[in-house]
Formats: sequence, structure tokens, C-alpha cells
Amino acid sequence: MKQPSLLVKECKTVSYVSGPLIFVQSVKGVMYGEIVRITLPNGVERTGQVLDISKDLAVVQVFEGTSGIDAMETRVRFTGEPPKVDVSIDMLGRIFNGVGKPRDGGPDVVQEASLDINGMPINPYARDKPADFIQTGVSVIDALTTLVRGQKLPIFTGSGLPANKLAAQIARQAKVLGEGENFAVVFVAMGITYKEASFFMKDFEKTGALERVVFFMNLADDPTIERLATPRCALTVAEFLAFTHNLHVLVILTDMINYCEALREISTAREEVPGRRGYPGYMYTDLATIYERAGRIKGKTGSITQLPILTMPDDDITHPVPDLTGYITEGQIVLSRDLFRRGADPPIDVLPCLSRLMNLGIGPGKTREDHRNVADQLYASYAYGRDLRRLVAIVGEEALTELDKIYLKFADEFEKKFITQGDEDRSIERTLEIGWDLMSMLPEDELKRIKREFISKYHPAYKKG
Amino acid sequence: MIAGIISRISGPVVLTERMKGSKMYDVVKVGTEDLNGEIIRLDGDQAVVQVYEDTSGLKVGEKVINTETPLSVELGPGLLSSIYDGIQRPLPLLVERSGSFISRGISVPGINKEKKWDFVAIAKIGDKVVEGDILGTVKEYHIEHKIMVPPHVSGTIREIRNGAFTVEEPICILEDNTPIIMMQKWPVRRGRPYRIKQDPQLLLVTGQRIFDTMFPVAKGGTAMIPGGFGTGKTVAEQTLAKWSDTQIVVYIGCGERGNEMTDVLSEFPELVDPRTKMPLMQRTILIANTSNMPVAAREASIYTGITMAEYYRDMGFDVALMADSTSRWGEALREVSGRLEEMPGEEGYPAYLATRLAAFYERAGRVVCLGSDGRFGSITIVGAVSPPGGDFSEPITQNTLRIAGTFWALDTSLAYRRHFPSVNWIKSYSLYLDSIEDWFVQNGFNDWKEMRDVTMYLLQKEVELQEIVQLVGPDALPESEKAILEVTRMIREDFLQQSAYHEIDSFCPLDKQYWMLKVILNFYERTGEAMNKGVALNKILKLPLKAEIGRMKELREVDAVRSLIGEIDKKIAAVEVER
Repeated sequence: MKQPSLLVKECKTVSYVSGPLIFVQSVKGVMYGEIVRITLPNGVERTGQVLDISKDLAVVQVFEGTSGIDAMETRVRFTGEPPKVDVSIDMLGRIFNGVGKPRDGGPDVVQEASLDINGMPINPYARDKPADFIQTGVSVIDALTTLVRGQKLPIFTGSGLPANKLAAQIARQAKVLGEGENFAVVFVAMGITYKEASFFMKDFEKTGALERVVFFMNLADDPTIERLATPRCALTVAEFLAFTHNLHVLVILTDMINYCEALREISTAREEVPGRRGYPGYMYTDLATIYERAGRIKGKTGSITQLPILTMPDDDITHPVPDLTGYITEGQIVLSRDLFRRGADPPIDVLPCLSRLMNLGIGPGKTREDHRNVADQLYASYAYGRDLRRLVAIVGEEALTELDKIYLKFADEFEKKFITQGDEDRSIERTLEIGWDLMSMLPEDELKRIKREFISKYHPAYKKG
Repeated sequence: MIAGIISRISGPVVLTERMKGSKMYDVVKVGTEDLNGEIIRLDGDQAVVQVYEDTSGLKVGEKVINTETPLSVELGPGLLSSIYDGIQRPLPLLVERSGSFISRGISVPGINKEKKWDFVAIAKIGDKVVEGDILGTVKEYHIEHKIMVPPHVSGTIREIRNGAFTVEEPICILEDNTPIIMMQKWPVRRGRPYRIKQDPQLLLVTGQRIFDTMFPVAKGGTAMIPGGFGTGKTVAEQTLAKWSDTQIVVYIGCGERGNEMTDVLSEFPELVDPRTKMPLMQRTILIANTSNMPVAAREASIYTGITMAEYYRDMGFDVALMADSTSRWGEALREVSGRLEEMPGEEGYPAYLATRLAAFYERAGRVVCLGSDGRFGSITIVGAVSPPGGDFSEPITQNTLRIAGTFWALDTSLAYRRHFPSVNWIKSYSLYLDSIEDWFVQNGFNDWKEMRDVTMYLLQKEVELQEIVQLVGPDALPESEKAILEVTRMIREDFLQQSAYHEIDSFCPLDKQYWMLKVILNFYERTGEAMNKGVALNKILKLPLKAEIGRMKELREVDAVRSLIGEIDKKIAAVEVER
């Protein structure tokens, strides 16, 4: 690695300020991506990062915003270092701002290491296959969209839907069957309100998990551009905890839409060619450098599991942010306004949900042998019931056959009993049991996706008799 | 040697000066860490370089050295079962050098230079050889790796030896003292030469019913799989990589998930090729440039892959190349183009997107290879496309549509229903139907074309009928049309749906596909006949035939499938008599 330069370069040559960017003239030997300290005329210090350098001009993005910066007195110091964050196991239980400085009034952490927040890509050859089932205690997720250690599974929500409640519930209940408490949570707030952040904090406090959580807070009234560094700082800490201290780290990122807004702001200020809806063309790559930091590594026991929360503008799943996210992450959990109105809690819309790694985490020895079959059957039957609802809206319920009426009922009951569970923490056995109870509403011939042997073993009709 | 300095840095794009004498696409070493890069624009003594590694930490004024060779790959024995990044660095070696995370500025050889290979000469001393002629072979797993005279070389053999050699030791010396080694270097952006291109006329058997029977692709053809996220593009690509009847498979993971590559890496060595009974990994080359790896190398990965495919094609092999996903490659082009401040075309993509895409897909084909024996080789390209929002009107899908011969449109609503492969049978098409009809006939499937046409007709009819059902309910349909709905449901559920994970159903041999469809169509015909004689549809549906047809997928023996035809005839006839 390169040694940081001993010669610190400082100058007063800000020539142009635009939005979050400043242009600094006649500087030599500036590194691409290095950190810049900016001292305002009133003595306030701010931090920035070099985005573009040509011969004597450096473009710097200022994390805390450019208000108060002038072209005469402002001093700019180039540190010659990449953006770094101090990491330590003692960060557990502490609250930091968006760039990793304590904001809970406590002392600075004693660093074990100081790491580049951009990290490095994991070599695909060194990755280990995610395989451990995480029991979240939420039936829909456990049974149909199984979360696996090392996975990145976003929650797509709409404004006003209880995604935070669900995320907190998962963080509270998540456990791997048959394993001890070797976990940590890294909670990353980007542009959310104080109220939302304190909801999480209270929830962690209530369950006594607070000392296992590292908070990174960039709230709605904090500088926007800082948000670009926040998830990277947090993931650097998560990597340190996972791969140096062998913890299983769950990273909750909320809300990714705010991160992308900040990205767009910078891109616009740099006058780049916009892609869809004004978001920069490289947003896919940029998001990937965040999401791909989840995973497991061969020979290490720790893991990083990501649970990003993302508010879909206008509930539109084809909006660029959820769309690109869906292309990178390994599935998605989608909340539905329709179900929310019907009173489902959590209002998870099963049909568009998916977990790409599900097959790796379920089955005998992990959950139960009939898990895959039950999931397929519930899914298929519910999907059919939903189709019928549409038909009923047009032709009326009388036009349906007897069997179809049962399916219609099944869909309703599925939403009431299986999806809705409130704060209950259900074990996977309980979840599958409820599933079997629901399936027993249907004639046995209709359970085409379930192996005969499982029917005779688990079907309530046989169990009792 | 041309040595310049950096004058501007913007993301993966670096502007350099004092580079007079450089050529387009020369490889350069950038900065004190010797990052790999490639010249993509020249302007006076300035050169614009795209860097294949993260550029953080570079400074203006650092040196840039031009190697004066274009971006090339090393071709020779040892490619198979390897996993590379976008610029042919073996990932296992990178793990050795820098641990679990990829750091920068590492140079490692593309193929092992120390390993000795047993060379068996075929050509003899005194033979006159021209470019592409086979000098001998080397066993690369079960594959006869042919050592060829490199392009642009010819002469009379003065010396040729059997024995164990490394890829850099001469195995043959020509009269004019030209030594020939087993390794060839080839610039990735230039297609390897061949003699003549042929029309693709042979079916690429994939063992997937929706592909082989309904929308086939020919060996040497091109296919595209567009689909929104979660529609199963990657599963489809991996299924094709597993079961295609080609000798060699090149799989390019271009800007996709890291865990997916891990999946391939752990699964392929265990899976067995149904034809050769050898592990699938032994015929596969993997190129992994995951989404968080540098963008410019993603752009190169596609070319690295196709050049390796061409090398094996030149030996006379059939090669299948899977690119997942070409959209990420297009986005890499867009990102670099944006940094170059080029005038954007549609949605910010550069105006030359269509040209680049066409140039890539045109490297597919069935050809007569170089060399005097006139052997045939082929490359089939299957490109996944990830249209934003699942919207097929976006530039990459549209531009690829103009070039690709087979279009497998994945459908989000089918995926939501868990109908996999979620290929939409109404939107998809294949342009190879006519040219490979002969192949089907020669292989004993005389009426394949007619069966397919009937199937397509029924499926099309179903769409119309469904519209009516949506308005007035299913009871309003006449019996004959209800029968069509029953049959198309069978076609959809019992024929088109195929599980990629089922132990038997994941690979369905062509004759089984043929008889499965035949059984369903036979059911349709018999039902029609019986109904004409006045039998009620309900009576036929109550027969245990539906369940039997539903279980066809799981049958191992083709004869068991075939015997269903007789059974259908018998049972329906019995109902007729009853009446």
C-alpha cells in the first residue's frame, strides 16, 4: 500500500461552488478519492472527498454541504488518505453519525484498525455458499421467502406501510436454529426521521439487544451527501465484526431511496448524463458495491446478512431504485397497501416475494423435509385463490364451482391466519403446522405439489386418526 | 517504450498525456501500482484510458506505461474448468496472492506455464502445414485439445516431438526456424479467423421442452433471454450451461451476483454431463466479473469469453457461450461513455451500442475452421438481458432483438405464478424453425413441425378464450372450447413447465419431449372425436388420464410415456362404448 504523504497540501483556491461540490484550483499531487478537510472562514471544519482531478483542478464533494463556503477565505487541506473509518469491537452499543464519529456524547472509540470505507470486492472464488436457515419468527418469511445467512434480502415498502416494524421484529427474533448468540446488528439510518430512528432504538432497548447493536445515524436533517458515505462506513464496521471477530452480523439499511436521492444530487451537480428518472447511469454499479458486501467467506465463521429497506415511490416496483436493487439482491420481500388495508400484519404480499437462496437453507436437517413442498403448495393455492378473486369481481361468486369457492375461502384464511401474526414469534414447526391446517381445507387430491409420504405424515387428517 | 503521465482522473476513466505513438486498444499500466488499463480514445498526444481496477489513490502526474500490445488472452491447454475475472486472471491465484478480497495491481498468468502436458503428434516431419492445421493433441480431461498451427503461420515441419511439454516449450519447428508452442495469444477485440461461415442447421439440444420443441436455437445461432428480476434468467442460463449438447461451455457472469458464481462453482464439479458422464466443470470455463468488481473489466469480460470460445471452435468443437447479463455490459459501456462526455443516444447509452452488440453476437456461428481438413465448429451465444422495470422497449433489448435468432421472453406474471421456465409462449419466437426442420426429420421426428404448429395454435386460441372467460365466466363456453382450455392447461402445466431442480425432469431427452407432446395432442384428438360422437367432456375428464399425463415428467423411460397413447385410446374408446 501507498504511504500517505507527509506533506499536507493546503490551499485557499476554491474557485467555484455548485450545490454540494467545490472546485479547487492549482493543486498538485492530489489523489483520486482522497479525503479533504475544509475550514470555513468562521473556523468550522468540514469533510469532503475528491471526485475528479485534472491537472490543476480538483472537484470535491462536501459531505456536510457547502453553505458558508466562500472563494476567498475557505481553506482546503488535502489529507492524502482515502476515506477511512475507525473500527473496534467496542463500537457495539454505540451511536455514530453518518461518517463514523460518535454522536451519543460518549468518548471516541479506541481503534483496533482504521479501514478504507470502500472496502474491496470479495473474490467470488473465496465466497462460501450461504446455507444456514435464519428463523425470523415471521411465518411468511420463514416458510415462503426463507432468509439465509449471508443473503441480502430487501424489504420493498410503500410510504406509510409498517416496514420498520417488520425489520425490528426480524432483528429481534432472528436466530439460527441450534446456535448460540454470536450475533451483532449494524443499523444504518439514512435520511429517516428522528421518530423512526428512535422507534428502532426503543425497540432494541426493550429487548435488551442494545449492546449488540452499532447505530449509524444520518437523519433527515443531517447533511445529504454524508449519506453516500454512511452505508460504506457501516459495512466496513460490519465486515470487521464479521470477518475479524467472527460475529454473525445483520445489517439493516434504511432507507435506500434516500441514499439514491443523494447519489442523484451529486450526479446532477456534476452535470453528468442522466439515466432513467435523472438517476446516474452508474447507479447499478454503485448500489452493487453496497449490496455485494453481504456474504460469507470460506474459512471464516462470521457472516454478513443485509436487510435493506426501500420505500418504493408511489408503490411502483419498476421505479429505478427498487428495480436495480431487485437485480442485485437475492430476492425481495414486498409489502402491499391492499393487504395493509385489509388488516394483515405484517402486510407481506406473497406473490412478488422471492428468496433466491431459499433452497440452500431449507430441507431435512435445516428446517423440515416437507418445507419445500408445503411452500410450493401454499403458494400455488394462494395464487389461484387470488386469481379467483379477480374473476369474482366480474362474474360474481355464484358462477364459481364448489372447489373454486373453497379456494376463495382458502385465500382469505391464508391472509388471516398465516400472513397475519402481529408480534408473535413463531417457530418454523408452528409455521408449517399452520400451513398444514390451512391446506387441510382443500381436498386431498388438490395437494398436487406435496409428496404422498408427507401427506400421510403431516396432514392433520392422518395425525389425529 | 511509450511512457506518459496521468493528467486527469474521473472514476474508471483516466486521461493521460505524452502518449504519442500509442494505438487504440493498447494495454497500458497506470500509476505506481501498475493498474491494468486500455486505451479507448486518442487525441493528439493525449490518450484516454479505461482502467480495469479501482482508481482510488491515483494521482495526477503518475506514470503511465504503454505495453503496446492490445488486450489479449492466453489460449492453450489448461483453460477448461478455470475461473477467471474479466481480464483472464485466475481467481484462485488472486486468492493466493491477496486473500479473500481482490486488491489491485496484481498480475498473474492466465494459464499455467509450469504444468507439463502430454503432447501426441499427429502431423509428421516433412508435412506441409498451413494455419489452423492440427499438429497434435493434448488430453485436457476427457477432451482432445487440438494443438493447431496459429493463424498467419505456415511452412514445412522440420521437427515435431511427442512428450511432456509446458505450454511455452516448442513442440514443433518449421523449416524456416519458426517454433510453434502450444500457447497462442490473441487480442480479444478481434474475432479469430475461420474459412467460411455456414447456415446454422443443427439443433442445439438443451433438454428443455420450451426451448427444444417450441423455440429451438440452432448450433451456431444466437438467442436472447430478457426478463425482469426474479423471472429466472440466471436459472435458465445455468440450466443451458448444464445440459446443452456442446463439448465446451463458456459461462460469463457479467456484473451479476457473487453468490451466484459461488453456486455454479460448488454445483458444477458435482453435476455429471448426461452424455459423457464426466463432471460438467471439466467442459466449462467460467468468467466471473461480479457487479461490485470494476466496471471496465466487465466490459472486457464478454470479449475475453468469446475469444476463448472461438479458440475451442477452431478445434472443431461445438461451443455454447452464456452471457449473464449483456445489460450489465451495456451499462458498463454507458458509464465509460458518460465519463468520456460523449453525446448520449437513447437513455444515456452511447450511439454505438447497437454496433457493439451486433459485433459481439456476430462472432457466433457455425463455420468451416481454418486448416486443410475442413472441420466444422460452432459457437452458440445465449445472452441474458435485464431490462429495467421489465420493460422490453429499452435500448439493449431492442437492439439485441434485431440480431438474435431466438427470443425467449421471460414473463414476470408467469414467474409470480411459479410457472418455470417463465418463457412466455406468445411473445417468444425462433427464426431457426425452417432451417432445422430437416434436422428433426433426419432424426426421426417427422411431424415435429406440425405438432408444434398445432400446439402454438391451441395456445394462441387459449388466449382468446381466456379473454371471453374473463368477461362472462367459464360456463358460457361451448364444450369444444372447454376441451381446448383443458388441453392447453395440460400443455402449460404438464409440458411447458419444467423443474430445473427435479432429478429426472431437469433434463428431458428429445425423444421424451416428442412423445410427451404427442400424448397430449393425442388426448386432444381423441377427446374431440369422442365428443363428436356425443360423449360429454366431463366424462372424459373424470377418467384417470389427467393425473397420468401429469406424471409423465417424472417417468424415466420414454416407452412408458409412449405407452400412454394406447392407454388414452383405450380408455376413451371405453367411454364411447358405455354410452
